[in-house]
Amino acid sequence: MGMQAFLDVFDIYLLEAVINGILLGGVLALLALGLNLIFGVIDVTWICYAELVMIGMYGMYFMVQYYGISYFVAAPLTILLVAVLGAALHYLVIAPLLTAPPINQLLATGGVLFVLQSFATVTFGIDFRNLGIRLPVLAFGDMNFSYARLLSFVAALVGMVAVYLFMTRTFTGTAIRAISQDRQIMALMGVDAKRIYLITSALGGALAGLAACLLVLQYDVHPFVGLSFGPITFLICVLGGLGNFIGGFIASFVFAEIISLGGLFSDLEWGYVLAFAFFIVMMFIRPAGLLARRR
Amino acid sequence: MMGRGRLAAWGVGLAALVALPFVYRDPYHLHILVLILIWSFAYTSWSMMGRFGLVSLGHGGFMGIGAYVTALLWNHAGLSPWFGIPISMAAAGALAMIVGYPCFRFRITGHYFVLVTLALSGIVLQVITATRDYTGGSLGYTPNRASGNKLLALQFDDKTTWYLIALAIWLFGIVVWHWVDRSMARYALEAISEDEDAAAAAGVNVTAEKLKITLLSALMTALAGAIYCQYQMFITPDTVSGIAVSLQMVFAAIVGGLFVSLGPTVGAIITILLAESLRIGFGTKAVGWDNLVYGVLLVLFIIFLPKGILGSLLDRLKLQRKVPRAHEQKAVQVARPGT
Repeated sequence: MGMQAFLDVFDIYLLEAVINGILLGGVLALLALGLNLIFGVIDVTWICYAELVMIGMYGMYFMVQYYGISYFVAAPLTILLVAVLGAALHYLVIAPLLTAPPINQLLATGGVLFVLQSFATVTFGIDFRNLGIRLPVLAFGDMNFSYARLLSFVAALVGMVAVYLFMTRTFTGTAIRAISQDRQIMALMGVDAKRIYLITSALGGALAGLAACLLVLQYDVHPFVGLSFGPITFLICVLGGLGNFIGGFIASFVFAEIISLGGLFSDLEWGYVLAFAFFIVMMFIRPAGLLARRR
Repeated sequence: MMGRGRLAAWGVGLAALVALPFVYRDPYHLHILVLILIWSFAYTSWSMMGRFGLVSLGHGGFMGIGAYVTALLWNHAGLSPWFGIPISMAAAGALAMIVGYPCFRFRITGHYFVLVTLALSGIVLQVITATRDYTGGSLGYTPNRASGNKLLALQFDDKTTWYLIALAIWLFGIVVWHWVDRSMARYALEAISEDEDAAAAAGVNVTAEKLKITLLSALMTALAGAIYCQYQMFITPDTVSGIAVSLQMVFAAIVGGLFVSLGPTVGAIITILLAESLRIGFGTKAVGWDNLVYGVLLVLFIIFLPKGILGSLLDRLKLQRKVPRAHEQKAVQVARPGT
C-alpha cells in the first residue's frame, strides 16, 4: 500500500489534527511536569503557574521585540528570569506557610495569581502582543504543520529529558527525589530541605520559562493568556495524579488530542469544553486512575 | 443559642438598614450599598462550604451561569426573570451535582478538589466566550430593557427598590448561614473536615452531606449572579465568572473571616470600598490596581491573619468563651506560631 493510499484511508484533516495534537501535547507535558515537580517535592500546588508562563512570555516579547535581542539569546534569559521568580515565590510566599494547612498555601498562590495578572495589566496594558516572528509552514503530503509547533515539541522533549537526567544523574537531583519520598528522614541524612525546596522551585520556574519561550511563538501574549492553558494543565495533573510524572505525561497527550480533534469540528474553546467533559466522565469510570499517589 | 441582647442588636441594626434609604438618598452611596449587599450574599454563599474546608474555586462558574442563563432566557426566549432565575439556579445546581458527585464519591479532596473546581470556572468562562454569537463574548451582554411591566421583568430604575431587594437577599443569606450553623449538618460537616474516615465510621454519610452543602452553596451563588445581572443590566464574563471572580470570593471571605456569619459581609465592605476608593483616587489609571492590592492583601492575610478581621476581633473579645474547633486551631497556629 503506497503512501497516497494510506493517506486516503484516513481523512487527511483528521490525521493533521492528530499530529497537531501530539505537537501540542509536548508543551502541555512540559507544564504538567513543572507543576508535578513542585507538588511532588514541596507538596504545594502553584495555581499561579500559568501566570508565571505569562510573565515569561512578556519577558520574551520585550527582549525580542523591544530591545531587539536575538530569540536564542532571549530564551535562556527568560528561563533564568522565571526560575528566579519561582524561587522568589517559594521564598516569599510558600516558605512562611510550610507548616500551615495545605489549602492556605494553595490560596496564597491564588493571591499571587491576582498580583501577576494585575501587574501585567498595570504595566503592559491589555493589548495583545506578539513576537512578529512568522515561522514557515511545513508541507508534508497534503498536510500542513506549523514549524513553531514542531520546534516547541522538540524543545519540550529536550527540556524533559534534561530534567530527567538532572534528577537521575546528579546528587541534587537524587536529593530532590529522595525528599519527595520521605520528608522527615532526609533532614537526618544531612540534606538541607530548605535548599532543596528552593532549587526545586527554581527548576519548576525554569520549566515555566521554557514553556513561555515556546508558547510565545504560537500565541499572542496578554495579561490573561494564562487562563487559556492554566485550567487544562490542572486537569492534566489531576487526571495523571498530582506528583505522578508519567501519569502527567500521558494525560498531556490525551488532553492535547481531545483539544486538537475537538477544535477540528469547531472552535478551540469547544475543544477545552470537550476536554473538561472527558475529565468528568473519566472521574466516573476510572477513579483509580486519579488516585495514583494520593495522600 | 442567640441571647436576647444579640437578638435585640440584630433587630435594631436591621430596622436601621431598612429605614436608611428613606432618610438618606444619595444615589451613588446607595449604589455602593447595593453592590456590597449583593456581593456579601455571594461571598456568604461561598463561605457556606468554604468554612468546612470545601474550598471551591468553581463558584465563579455558578455565578456566571446564574447571570447569563437568566439574561439569555429573557432576551432570546422572552422568559421573565421570575422563571429565568429558578431555571438558572437549577442549571448551576445540576452542574454542581455533576462535578461534585464524582469528587465526593471518589474522595477527591484538598488540592484535587480545588483544581477540579478551578477548571470548572475556567471552562464556564470559555463557554461564555465561545458562544459569543449569543452571549456577546468578552464584550459583555445587556438584558433588553423591558417595554411593559417592570415588576415582571424585574427591572427597576429606583435605587431604593434595589436596595431593599438586595437587603432582603443578603438577610436571606445570613439566615441560611445561621440555619446551617444550628443544624446537624454542621456537626457532620465539621467532623468530615477534620477526618473523613472517622466521620464515615461514626455513621456520617460523607458524600450526601458534602453534596447537600455544595448544592445549597451553588444555588445561592447562582441567585447572586442573577440579581447582580438584573441590577447592573450589564455583565461580562470577567465580572461574573471565571477564576478571578472565584478568587475574589475566597479573598473577601478570608479577609472578613471565614468562620463567622458576618465575616464575608465585612470582607465585601472592605474589598468594595477599597476598589471604589482606588477608582476615585486614580481614575481610569486604577484599572488593575485594585486586583494588585487584593492579591497582595490576600497573601498577607493568609500568612498573618488567616481567621480574618472579624474572626480575629471576635476571638479577642471572647477568648475564654469557647474552645476553637480543631480546624480553626490549625489556622490560629499559623497566625500565632508557638501557641
